[in-house]
Amino acid sequence: MLHIANGRVYDPANGIDGKVQDIYVANGKIVKDVPPGARRIDAKGMVIMPGGVDMHCHIAGPKVNLARKLQPEDHRHDVHPRTAFTRSGVGGTVPSTFATGYRYALLGYTTAMEAAVPPIGARHTLEEFHDTPVIDKGFYIVMGNNVLLYKLLEQGRREDFRNALAWWLAATKAYTAKLVNPGSDEAWKGRRNANITKLDEKIEAFELTPQQVIGALIEAVDELGLPHPAHIHCNNLGHSGNYATTLETMRIAEGHRAHIAHIQFHSYGEVPGKASHNPTSRAKVIADYINAHPNISADVGQVMFGKSTIMTADAPLAYMLSRFVGGKWVNSDTEHESGCGILPFAYQDKVYTHALQWAIGLELFLLSKDPWRMVFSTDHPNGGSFMSYPRLIRLLMDREFRKEQMSKINQKALKQTALADGLDREYTLQEIAIVTRAGPARLLGLTNKGHLGPGADADITIYDEDKDKERMFGAPRHVIKDGQMIIEDHEFRADHQGRMLHVSPEYDPKIVEVIRPFFEDYYSIRFNNYAVDDSYLGPHEVIPTLMRRSTATAPGKK
Amino acid sequence: MSDNIRIINDATCTFCGCVCDDMHLTVDVDAHKITKAENACVLGRAWFKEHGVDEKRPYALIEGREASTEEAIEASAQILVNARFPLIYGLSDTTCEAQRQALAIADMIGSNVDTTTSVCHGPSGMAFEGVGESTATLGEIRNRADLLVFWGGNPAESHPRLFTRYTVTAKGMYVPQGRKDRTVVLVDVRRSPSAAVADIFVQVKPQRDFEVLWALRALVKGRRVDPAIEQVTGVPLATLEDLAQRMKNCRFGALLFGMGLTMTRGRHFNSGALLALATDLNEYTHFVAKPVRGHGNVTGADNVVSWQTGFPFGVNLGRGYPRFNPGEFTSADLLGRGETDAALIIAADPGANFSNAAIEHLKRIPVIVLDPKLTHTGKLARVAITTATYGISVPGTVYRMDDVAIALRPALPSPYPSDEDVLTRIKERVRELLGGNRVPAMGAA
Amino acid sequence: MPETMTLIGGRSSRQGTSLCAGKLEAEYIEVSSTVEMNAEDMARLGLKDGDAVRLRSASGEVDVRCKGRTTKDLPPGLLFIAYGPLSSRLMASDTAGSGMPISKHIEVTVEPVSG
Repeated sequence: MLHIANGRVYDPANGIDGKVQDIYVANGKIVKDVPPGARRIDAKGMVIMPGGVDMHCHIAGPKVNLARKLQPEDHRHDVHPRTAFTRSGVGGTVPSTFATGYRYALLGYTTAMEAAVPPIGARHTLEEFHDTPVIDKGFYIVMGNNVLLYKLLEQGRREDFRNALAWWLAATKAYTAKLVNPGSDEAWKGRRNANITKLDEKIEAFELTPQQVIGALIEAVDELGLPHPAHIHCNNLGHSGNYATTLETMRIAEGHRAHIAHIQFHSYGEVPGKASHNPTSRAKVIADYINAHPNISADVGQVMFGKSTIMTADAPLAYMLSRFVGGKWVNSDTEHESGCGILPFAYQDKVYTHALQWAIGLELFLLSKDPWRMVFSTDHPNGGSFMSYPRLIRLLMDREFRKEQMSKINQKALKQTALADGLDREYTLQEIAIVTRAGPARLLGLTNKGHLGPGADADITIYDEDKDKERMFGAPRHVIKDGQMIIEDHEFRADHQGRMLHVSPEYDPKIVEVIRPFFEDYYSIRFNNYAVDDSYLGPHEVIPTLMRRSTATAPGKK
Repeated sequence: MSDNIRIINDATCTFCGCVCDDMHLTVDVDAHKITKAENACVLGRAWFKEHGVDEKRPYALIEGREASTEEAIEASAQILVNARFPLIYGLSDTTCEAQRQALAIADMIGSNVDTTTSVCHGPSGMAFEGVGESTATLGEIRNRADLLVFWGGNPAESHPRLFTRYTVTAKGMYVPQGRKDRTVVLVDVRRSPSAAVADIFVQVKPQRDFEVLWALRALVKGRRVDPAIEQVTGVPLATLEDLAQRMKNCRFGALLFGMGLTMTRGRHFNSGALLALATDLNEYTHFVAKPVRGHGNVTGADNVVSWQTGFPFGVNLGRGYPRFNPGEFTSADLLGRGETDAALIIAADPGANFSNAAIEHLKRIPVIVLDPKLTHTGKLARVAITTATYGISVPGTVYRMDDVAIALRPALPSPYPSDEDVLTRIKERVRELLGGNRVPAMGAA
Repeated sequence: MPETMTLIGGRSSRQGTSLCAGKLEAEYIEVSSTVEMNAEDMARLGLKDGDAVRLRSASGEVDVRCKGRTTKDLPPGLLFIAYGPLSSRLMASDTAGSGMPISKHIEVTVEPVSG
């Protein structure tokens, strides 16, 4: 039991904006009060927030492990020694599993969602999660290129489509359906590394368009009442002019919830008629659309200068980048489910496109009218490591620091954006609490996370207030997980195994007789061996579905 | 055969890296034997037949005399905490759950950790770190590949169902006629039994694979190659030109390669050249490469060691964090140079397969070995613990050569403990003896 | 007169199946102590199938039994043996900093053993 006294609390979900008040913890939960014998923590002068929630990162599973193995040079710079309580590991942009969990905790994060796992990789992902300490975690399964779903959709079998999706989510212990460059796998694998560029173009070997796939998955996820909607990595990521594809994708979601991943990478304009292919910024158009459409949410996918690792199910994108960079490259196709591309990368402030990307990300943050629906991410490690989050927070809160950084970047790129027009806004602590905690928790439908009201999971971060926000958010003084002081005075006091968060949607069991023959004909693993047994879950929590969410708006500002 | 029969469907064979999960086993419960393994190849049938439960083996041997598992665990823990530069090696024929316990011990005692990868496809792992790899799951190859190139391996004898379940003769979504829709090429220094399935057999002079691969890279990129390549490699330029064209013009190509590249002159350069060739070909078509892994869960070992330490093999934890250096922390070297002062060997037999110098060193240091059978290493070990066979008696997770994770369905109960169980108990005892994790004193002598 | 040849160690079907029975069992020992040799090389050395030969490398020497193969299958100058304790005796311990000892294409001298 804990009594956290005199801290300044930021709990936006419960309307508490910097009020000095006490927080009570018992049995892993926030409670209204505790008996006098409880341990008292003096938080005078400190800022208290719910534990951070990262709703889009890449931290576990087959593609992450390939990226980990790929870069021993990256690990050598950044070792993570063991302690009396904690296992050793390595860092860099793709840390080993123990280091991943510990370092998220050291930044005050207590929940993270792996954003893209091919369903056949679920068992592997769960194994890595077992070795990812402290944080609660879950993952999204890539379904936007799923061959069996395509066949069902092509035949107009919408009930079967929805039941198969539900079966897949339940069988893999996933959280929601992810779409990545939908329609492209067939071109990539089947037509000599081709790609899809239009949402209304025919998908190779199918009587379908990406538009139909996107629409069907958005609807099916809503029909299943999943706590988090279809999570979409739009087509044409990184390409000049792709903002049009993003708008088109968001329009498909009319009447349903949808979440657009790392939207910064999807907010580019182009200069019509110009020989140069340099992109421009369309952040304002995108931000305006989201502001005006409460059914849409997004995470920014901010680019941070320095080393990153591109790891994505968007195989054609990774290949294109690798030809540009000219270094090592990994491609990994997963039968009937997904693709994957990986390469080491670095964003440089003097390079036009990189500087533009950095500026567009900040534009999206600063132009957003609803921080509940434009949340914080770097698409770790694609845009930058999660270790850069404190610096990003400072960029949002400290306009002088931002201006100083703006002066160092490619000025031609800067001039393309509203930052050059004196976009002066500074995020408040409350707004940071929304975009890094309360907002993602709400978008994920995690009613017990991202806030400090009674009944919430006691995942609490306590910071020393500091004018330098990077320093403040880079080193919380105390981190409490499930009511236990995991980090006290900046040091680990105990190890902890977080929970697996997953959904268990209902489905008609007859769907198995639709799925099984496909496995027997085409998969290289037996149907009976595919679904992941409960024994892989460890401590876990099923997040309930809510039937008939179909016309709900994305949870946002009230 | 008794009347007490059990059928286990969809069991997994872990003899080789194919990790076929479509074994339908007939178990004679009373006789403690698997009497039939439907779908198994000749190797799989031997695997299931010969790993019945042998109740005659002692639970453990300590310095040659019979002992209990408990005594052996105590002796093992004592050896490990008193070692200054121990080595934990093997791990490829056991479950991921056991591998994770071994790594936990290693982290506690600051050990070297190496798996059989270092003497198998370790060089391919090193090449991967330098070049990357274009690859795919086996089902992707089965369903799409119209060109298969097998290089430096003899799957007909080492991985029979690689040919029949996953590649050459298997029917696929875009290869509905199976063999008829494919072109099969075999590249090797000798005409092994695998040549029988090949449309094209390319015979390379021993130790000249690198030159052939490099010439192919040049031809793929449209560069000129001197006809003198034939003197160097034994392969005529026309053959190479034809092969390069076939590779560029196929719809989906796959290069599957084995020890013929890793265990000979060039090692990781050979693997790297092949991986680079597969990458180059993606400018023209869709092309993947796949190292053909030998043991049932060596891929699991790669994965577990990588996710826990950041590196796939040849890891040292002596400073309190993982360091990676093939040649320094790999077992052939640690043992060959006589550097380790204790060894824990799990599911491997370096006492048979390593160099003379390494074996002589193993005889000088305290060795603990965990194995279901008595092996050469078992004979020289100070502590030999009999454990149950994974997949036959022990459940757990294994990874196929293409990184697909599969859960085992054990068929026969065993009186012997699993590797995971023994290692967990050793870990707990080591923890007690160390008074909690041994934390390196930074800055102290 | 010993001749120099190149030894390749590898897997074989019987090596795999006998391995399952156990490395200390008779069949595995027999399989891993048989070297395949080009038939013309054997004839020149005066060897018949089943004769004992001594293979000697810079690292060690082993006595094995030989078995002939046609030139089409095994070119002259090449030897093939199933991996095992005997083939490993001929392997050097140096890995040239790679972790991998050379286990294929080991240079050996070959001579018949009387008796």
